[in-house]
Amino acid sequence: MPQIKVSGLYKTFKVARRTSGLRQAAKSLFYRKYDTVEALKDVSFTVDTGEIVGYIGPNGAGKSTTIKIMSGILVPDSGRCTIMGRVPWKERIPHVRNIGVVFGQRTQLWWDVPVIDSYELLRDIYKIPRKDYLNNLDLLICTLELKDIINTPVRQLSLGQRMRCELGASLLHNPKILFLDEPTIGLDAGSKIAVRQFIKTINREKNVTVILTTHDMSDIEALANRILLIGRGQILYDGNLDDLKGRFSTRKTIVINYRGYSFPIDDKTISIPGISVVSCSQQKLTLRVDGNGSMLADVISRLSDIIDIVDVSIESQPIDEIILKLYKEYAV
Amino acid sequence: MKAYISVFKLRLINGLQYRAAAFAGVATQFFWGIMHIMIYEAFYTNAAIIPPMSLKQVISYVWLQQAFLVFIALWIRDNEIINLITSGNIAYEFCRPCSLYGFWFAKLTAQRLSGALLRCFPILIVAFLLPEPYKIVLPDSVTTFLLFIASLFLGLMVLVSISMLMYISMFITMMPVGSMVMATAIGDFFSGMIIPIPLMPAWLQKIAYFLPFRLAADMPFRVYTGHIPPAHALEGIITQLVWLGVLVLIGHIAMNKVQKRIVVQGG
Repeated sequence: MPQIKVSGLYKTFKVARRTSGLRQAAKSLFYRKYDTVEALKDVSFTVDTGEIVGYIGPNGAGKSTTIKIMSGILVPDSGRCTIMGRVPWKERIPHVRNIGVVFGQRTQLWWDVPVIDSYELLRDIYKIPRKDYLNNLDLLICTLELKDIINTPVRQLSLGQRMRCELGASLLHNPKILFLDEPTIGLDAGSKIAVRQFIKTINREKNVTVILTTHDMSDIEALANRILLIGRGQILYDGNLDDLKGRFSTRKTIVINYRGYSFPIDDKTISIPGISVVSCSQQKLTLRVDGNGSMLADVISRLSDIIDIVDVSIESQPIDEIILKLYKEYAV
Repeated sequence: MKAYISVFKLRLINGLQYRAAAFAGVATQFFWGIMHIMIYEAFYTNAAIIPPMSLKQVISYVWLQQAFLVFIALWIRDNEIINLITSGNIAYEFCRPCSLYGFWFAKLTAQRLSGALLRCFPILIVAFLLPEPYKIVLPDSVTTFLLFIASLFLGLMVLVSISMLMYISMFITMMPVGSMVMATAIGDFFSGMIIPIPLMPAWLQKIAYFLPFRLAADMPFRVYTGHIPPAHALEGIITQLVWLGVLVLIGHIAMNKVQKRIVVQGG
C-alpha cells in the first residue's frame, strides 16, 4: 500500500481583479470582481515509502498548492488524499507529527534568537524524547555542518546557512515524510550541493520519503529518480527522469577541435543524414546530431580521413531545455 | 502544555531584548503620568461636588496605568503575528502538532508580560519616591495587594483573549488596521484607560460595566487603590473568570472556522 495516495484533487482560488487607476480603485470599494483560478484540476498520484520524487512545473502550476494540501494547511475543494492512512486536513495534528516541511521562501526559525533556541522550542512542541532529540541533533549538526552557526541568531546567518538550519529544524522529530518546497532557492553552488547531499543521506539512512519542488533541474538530476510534472493544475508526466530524457533529448552537439584545415567543412563533406554543421572555423567544428547516437562513430571516422582531430566533446541537450520543450508540448 | 510554556518562555526572552524600546517607553509613560496627574489635580481643586474617587486614589490609578500600559493597552499589536499572517509564514504554524489558538495565546501573553516587566519597575520605583501628593501609595493590606495581583493577571488574560479575536479576524480581512483601530478605540475608552470609570457619567458607566474591557485595567487598579473593597474584588475576579471562559470559547470556535477557509498564496 502506497504511503501517499492522492486522487482527483481539485482546488480553486478566488482572485480579486481590477484594472489600474484611481477610478477603478474607488469602484472596487463597492463592487468587486473575482476571477476563479483553478490551481489543481484532477491531480492524482501515489508515492511509496522511501521514494524521492521531484515535483516540477512552471511558476503557478500548482506545485505549492499540492504540497500545502498534503501538509494539511489547505483544504481542497474535492478529491481524496490519504497520507499514511490519514486525511491531512481532517486529522491535522496526528498527521503533522509524521511530516517535516521546508518552505524555501519562508522561515520557521525565530529571527532574533540563536538557532538552538528555535530547535528546543520544536523539541517541546513535538514532544521529542530527550534521547532522540540529542541523537538527532548530533546527526544534524554533523551532516549539515551546523556546529559553528547553531548559537548564532538567525538574523545574522547567510541564506545558505539559514536553509541548512531550516532543513535541520524540519527533521528534528524524525518525520517519515519530508516535503521540500524549493529548498535550494537562492543558494550558491556549494550550499546547493550540501543540501542535496544531505537529502540523499537522510533518504538512504532513515528511509524518509522526500517530495521536493524546484525550478533547478540539477536538483532533480542529482536527487530524484522519479519526477512528476505539473502544468496548469494537471499532472502531465509521471515517471523516470531517464525515460523523459530519452523521449525528448534526441539532439546532441559534437564539438571537434582539429588541425589540418584546408577547406570549409559543410553538410556535403560529411553527407550523413541527420548530421548538420552548425559552425566551422579553422580550429573548431560544431555539429548537430538529430536522432540517436549510433552514427557518431561514422562521423568521427569520416572526419578523421580529412582532418587531424585533436579533441572531441559530445554534449547532450541540457535538461532545462528538455523541460522547456515538455512545457511547450503540453502548452503550459 | 509544555509546548505552550516553551513558546511563552522563548517569546519572553525575545521580548526582554528590546531594552531601548523599553527605556523610551518608560520616559514617555513617566511624562504622561505627570501630565495626567496635573490635570486631575487642577480639576479636583476646583471641583463643585465631591468626586467619587479621591485624588490620592486617582494618582495611584494613573501610575499603575502607566506602569502596566503594555499589559492592558488594547492598541498594542504583536507585529510578529501580523507578519506571520500577511507574509504567509503562518504556513509553518499549521504544520505543528499544536492548537494555533493556544500557541498564539501564549505568545501574546508573553509579549505583554515581557514588555511590562521591563517597564513597570522603573516607573513604580520613581512613582514611590515622588513627593506628596504625586506619589503612589501602598495598598491598605496584603489581601488587597494579592487581590490586585490576581485580578491584574486575569485581566491580562481577558485582554489577550479579546485581542485574539482581532488577530483571528485578520484571516478574513488580511489587514490588521481595520478591525484593530475600531476595537481599540472602543476598548481603550471602556477599559478606563482614558479616564477611570467612576469619573464617567452614569449612563457611560452602565455601558462600561456591561463590557469586558474594564476587567483588564479599571478593575485591578481600583482594587489596588481600595476603591473596590476586597469583597467586591472577589466578585470581580469571578466575573473575569466567566468572561475569560466565554472569550476563549468563542476564539477557539472562530479559529477553527477560519482555519478551514485559509488560503496561503505564493510559492
